[in-house]
Amino acid sequence: MDNIAIELRGIDKSFGPVHANNDINLKVRKGTIHGIIGENGAGKSTLMSILYGFYQADRGEIFVDGKEVAIRDPNTAISVGIGMVHQHFMLVENFTVLENVMLGAEDSQILNKGIAKARQELKGLEKEYALEVNPDALIEELPVGLQQRVEILKALYRRADILILDEPTGVLTPAEADHLFRILGQLKAQGKTIILITHKLREIMAITDEVSVMRRGEMVATRTTRETSVEELAELMVGRRVLLRVEKGEASPGDVKLAVEGLTVKDSRGVTMVDDVSLEVRAGEIVGIAGVAGNGQSELLEAIAGIRKATSGTVLLNGQSVDVTGHRDPAELRARGLAHVPEDRHHVGLVLKFEESENAILGYHNDPRYLNGVFLDIDAIRKDAEEKIAKYDIRPPNARLKTANFSGGNQQKIVLAREMERGPDVLIIGQPTRGVDVGAIEFIHKRIIEMRDQGKAVLLVSVELDEIRSLSDRILVMFAGRVVGERSPEATEGELGLLMAGVEGRKEAAE
Amino acid sequence: MSTPYAKLPGWVEYGLIPLINLAVAFLVAGLVVLLVGENPFEAAYHLINGAFGRGEYIGFTLYYATTFIFTGLAVAVAFHAGLFNIGGEGQAYVGGIGVALACLWLDQTLPWYVVFPLAILGSVFFGALWAFLPGWLQAKRGSHIVITTIMFNFIASSLMVYLLTRVLKPLGSMAPQTRNFAEGGQLPKLDWLLSIFGLDVGTAPFNISFLLALAAAFGVWVLIWRTKLGYEMRTMGHSPSAARYAGIRESRITVITMMISGGLAGMMALNPIMGEQFRMQLDFVQGAGFVGIAVALMGRSHPGGIIPAAILFGVLYQGGAEIAFEMPSISRDMIVIIQGLVILFAGALENMFRPAITRAFAMRGQRAAAVVQTKGA
Repeated sequence: MDNIAIELRGIDKSFGPVHANNDINLKVRKGTIHGIIGENGAGKSTLMSILYGFYQADRGEIFVDGKEVAIRDPNTAISVGIGMVHQHFMLVENFTVLENVMLGAEDSQILNKGIAKARQELKGLEKEYALEVNPDALIEELPVGLQQRVEILKALYRRADILILDEPTGVLTPAEADHLFRILGQLKAQGKTIILITHKLREIMAITDEVSVMRRGEMVATRTTRETSVEELAELMVGRRVLLRVEKGEASPGDVKLAVEGLTVKDSRGVTMVDDVSLEVRAGEIVGIAGVAGNGQSELLEAIAGIRKATSGTVLLNGQSVDVTGHRDPAELRARGLAHVPEDRHHVGLVLKFEESENAILGYHNDPRYLNGVFLDIDAIRKDAEEKIAKYDIRPPNARLKTANFSGGNQQKIVLAREMERGPDVLIIGQPTRGVDVGAIEFIHKRIIEMRDQGKAVLLVSVELDEIRSLSDRILVMFAGRVVGERSPEATEGELGLLMAGVEGRKEAAE
Repeated sequence: MSTPYAKLPGWVEYGLIPLINLAVAFLVAGLVVLLVGENPFEAAYHLINGAFGRGEYIGFTLYYATTFIFTGLAVAVAFHAGLFNIGGEGQAYVGGIGVALACLWLDQTLPWYVVFPLAILGSVFFGALWAFLPGWLQAKRGSHIVITTIMFNFIASSLMVYLLTRVLKPLGSMAPQTRNFAEGGQLPKLDWLLSIFGLDVGTAPFNISFLLALAAAFGVWVLIWRTKLGYEMRTMGHSPSAARYAGIRESRITVITMMISGGLAGMMALNPIMGEQFRMQLDFVQGAGFVGIAVALMGRSHPGGIIPAAILFGVLYQGGAEIAFEMPSISRDMIVIIQGLVILFAGALENMFRPAITRAFAMRGQRAAAVVQTKGA
């Protein structure tokens, strides 16, 4: 059995009452790409954190190359050849690539010697794995894809033979993701072992040799990728059959409900985040805004919702103008028929320390039906919350539970129930399924389409291209604050990907 | 998975952990007493006896507690809206103007039960005014409330020196204080309340403003958890971004919250001025505004926690004075050290023992689960 790089036996880990990993067994063969897939909260990240020494398992053994090892901290993990590329990069922004790579592995107190050596080694690595990065570039000036490459180089510099990548494509454009997969293929060809954690089934199918599925803290199955299917994996993840394609009929757009004209938004430092954006959303259609995170979509939504001040431009809601540059009042916009599901439900859409029922009225707390004069009508509020809990199947069905104790999917349902049940004319939604499990995604997508079919105008922003393509009736692509194109949902992923990457993307494609 | 601490049962969260913190504070305080060559058990005896030993002592303890309930509530209300009002000291001090004016104006003609409501209004008005200015400065000009309230403490102090030496002082008097109030400016004692328990209040100034403090505590509970304003305050306190999203106007809530907070702090002035001294003296607040911060921290900003926390500090004040009296080598400063230790362990280091306790409980839970499993097998 010398071709097993990593073997986990009976790994068990609890956080208080939460059993995050329950008797996990896993074998990863040397020189393969092994996918680990599961919903949010299935325990993937916990398992990898144990392997990398962030957490200690309560029970269980870890074997690396057939030898049992006790991984107490990341340093031990590195010493046995395990490297990790985190979902959120662990890079010092104002250091150069070289400085970041050698950070923590400087070899001596005097830096000069180390720098020279590191530079040479880095060159060797770059050549060997086709990982070109300018060693003297500052991290903050590099695009995300290259930053990730630095993370990989960091692991290789520490002589990692086993690389763990945690949700590596979350921040990448499709082109960048493809490039990453090529790099991973190269690493595999050189004999490295790669563990890829993701919740995207397509990536698993595209690149892995084997795949293990986790559900609720348990390892439910391991499959050879060639012999399985997306449907089977989805079913294993969720524990029941899931509808992966969103079913929707033809849109029948009506009047223009939301019209944005020449909207420009600058941030506090005067940097233009949204640049002269115009768009229209009609009743009964879903307009999707595609784009890599950080290209102005968030600011656009916030400006329309009255949370962020626009520098110039006009917005018409139901044909009547909204003061987006001067006095903004989200409460007034709500009263005029605008509902907003914000991107960041933890800090904006919800108050996590509130009871569920208190969040179910957030933003609508001026409604007389929740009030008795200046007092809150607690009974009415709870009753209303319980109705929404039943209708949106929010679990656990407890209106008095603290919101932080709901899972991501159920938290999102709390927000959706609040915003959708008001019957708004215009619904703007940011990242409807970020951090939401597969089962809930299906439900949320259905509700969004229902809203459209009821004749609501829906503006949707998501960094998940699949989501945009399957829900939208029209797709606008944003890059660097501008709308750079409009496509139909039938447009290919490659075509959208090029738009999302802006001009740079086009150059890369030409090569 | 991402929650750092697992949820503990209520009696551990609100009972065991504060008690352990308190016990450790007293343990360390005992070591300090030992260090100056005194017997810590004797000190503990004097502390407890001095606070509860006689009806009179209890009266003093509750008199101090009354003051701390007001200032603790003041800090807690602001805290719920995410504002840190350090200016309770100054607001209480200036609140005294309202009390003094009502008394000086009417004490000779009207009975206390007419003067008292007016004095309450006066104290609230002046306290709120003193908190309005920092609140308004933060809402409109972005001046941080922690800084401005501290500065307003000093301004209040200077203002009161001016008023008590120039304006409110009777002609010919040497002392920086108002004239003594007639009967209309004196609050009745709560001797009947203690006599129910067979205790004699003696000379202790335990007065009717204690009941006002309890009513204020209930009022704060209603405000925070049962009104729309309280809902908006809590939303802003937990998450300013969610408040903005919900259309809650930050500047409006900031100003209103600070005024309520200042009003509560101002009411504190009723207790010493109308309840004990029957005149307004220089420096009558004596740090109660700052003690209020500790009380609010310890009471978790909940009226149900603030009342016992205020009583605890009442015990420390009254019992501490008794220690200083009975054990001359322990000075007043030592008492301040002990009070500081309580604040340190119960407030600042509140979570120090939590991980260990959580672990102990997790282990107990696991063992219980294991027992169930073996039984099942």
